[in-house]
Amino acid sequence: MQDSYVTADGRTIGATVMEMKNITLRFGGVTAIKDISFDIREGEVRAIIGPNGAGKSSMLNVINGFYHPQEGEVWFHGKRRHEMKPHQIAKQGIARTFQNIALFKGMSTLDNIMTGRLTHMKSGLFSQMAWWGGAQAEEVANREIVEKVIDFLEIQAIRKTPVGRLPYGFQKRVELGRALAAEPKLLLLDEPMAGMNVEEKEDMSRFILDVNDEFGTTIALIEHDMGVVMDIADRVVVMDYGKKIGDGTPDEVRNNQDVIDAYLGVAHD
Amino acid sequence: MSANFYFGIEVFLNGMMAGVLYSLVALGFVLIFKASGIFNYAQGVMALFAALTLVGFQNGQIPFSHLINAIFGTNIHHFGWHMPAILAIIFTLMVMILFAYLVEKYILKHLVNQEPIILFMATIGLAYFMEGFGDLMWGADIKKLDVGIPQGGNIWLEEHTAFLGGDDFYGFYLDNLDMLATIFAGLLVVSLVLFSQYTKTGRALRAVADDHQAALSVGISLRAIWVIVWSIAGFVALVAGIMWGSKSGVQFSLSLIALKALPVLMLGGFTSIPGAIVGGLIIGVGEKMFEFLIGVPFLGGATENWFAYMLALLFLVFRPQGLFGEKIIERV
Repeated sequence: MQDSYVTADGRTIGATVMEMKNITLRFGGVTAIKDISFDIREGEVRAIIGPNGAGKSSMLNVINGFYHPQEGEVWFHGKRRHEMKPHQIAKQGIARTFQNIALFKGMSTLDNIMTGRLTHMKSGLFSQMAWWGGAQAEEVANREIVEKVIDFLEIQAIRKTPVGRLPYGFQKRVELGRALAAEPKLLLLDEPMAGMNVEEKEDMSRFILDVNDEFGTTIALIEHDMGVVMDIADRVVVMDYGKKIGDGTPDEVRNNQDVIDAYLGVAHD
Repeated sequence: MSANFYFGIEVFLNGMMAGVLYSLVALGFVLIFKASGIFNYAQGVMALFAALTLVGFQNGQIPFSHLINAIFGTNIHHFGWHMPAILAIIFTLMVMILFAYLVEKYILKHLVNQEPIILFMATIGLAYFMEGFGDLMWGADIKKLDVGIPQGGNIWLEEHTAFLGGDDFYGFYLDNLDMLATIFAGLLVVSLVLFSQYTKTGRALRAVADDHQAALSVGISLRAIWVIVWSIAGFVALVAGIMWGSKSGVQFSLSLIALKALPVLMLGGFTSIPGAIVGGLIIGVGEKMFEFLIGVPFLGGATENWFAYMLALLFLVFRPQGLFGEKIIERV
């Protein structure tokens, strides 16, 4: 395995956090992911790109346990991960956002982000019912962390608003906040910039880079838009029709003939 | 003011207290519907089963004694002790929690992602199973339930309000049991609301009600939440069962109160806790006042049997989502 190194902008990229080995995922007769391997290293921004239907979201769903691959192994922190339920994987420190925002629409911004703290809260049911001792102290302590997340994402003004009423860009931000509140070891972002205008995209890119920079959070993100990815990712996996067609730094990927073909639709003989 | 005016108020108050019981049953429905999208037909039977179990514990009945006697030719019926009410309530609560666990393990777990109608059918099956099971376990006879709640009219209130309406009016006649039931129900609702707003499990309950996938992604176990929700619904059923059972005895018609909760839900909306409360009160007050003002003078009485359903029908026509329910907008 490669040693850790320091990037041009001064961040340290460490050892491998997660490794996908020969993952194959089928739905009935359709193969969504075919024999794909790649790794994610500590502290890096790792992007998965590819055209529509390439299997990017399926890959994210494999990482967070919504899907279970038929073949292949998932290694997390140097250990092989056996088949687990999504909520158990969340407890291991993998948080995510969704392509079509999945927030708790009836709840306020604050409550939504508080749910991100659930994996860190240990008080028992009876302590909570009595609102006594442990439960109360725990609420207060976790609330402080949530307030920091709210400050960081600059959403103080909407903390009490039910998220269903917020504009799209803000909803995306609250969803990121909920994932951040979990203080994840690995943060998965499914098209964080989908459907955004240029200004919102810039804001979101800045937040992603800041999260990575300030907290050293390892990030794996899916993006449709090549341009944005090339700016913020350290390394990029390119998928097409469920197969991996490229893997490397943005520059390497940009000059890869297979990748160019996939995006431009050039046919080989 | 004429005596009739005060009679009207008395009818209003009595209607309100009858409504509290409707609200309680409806509340059980709403809790489960919100958390799992299941319309739990068995909610009324749960109230019956809870009341049966409570009486059984109190009187020291031996469960399945009829069955045992029939098979082994024995003649056993009672353990020969009498359990204090509070202890019996705690044991019954434990039975209801066990019930919630079993429902999750043997029914819900296997029906994840099924159509709502299939889940609904499953709860119908559950309802009939529980009715039969309760019968087998505790016997089909009508049982007297007494957990020490004072019953009968409140004399004090009657004497101190008699001066209001002149010679024809003898003061407000309100049942002690109804008044206590109202207070208990109020406390129950307030504590449920506080629990769901200010604790992590409450937050998890609301999260699951909103979005299953997102809930999983933040580390909430749906199965654990379902057990908790069904346990709470079981507790609510127990409270309703105690109130109803103390009033009219524990009998199998108790399970029919579930039907009265349907119009309540149509009024209040299937997804709203305040809706269940307000809907119950409106139906309770509405049917008593309608009987008093229109039913008896003009229609020959007995309007209470159908008033609630008429009202529900009107709501279905003009406001299908109920008073507080979420409007369902289908995207085309």
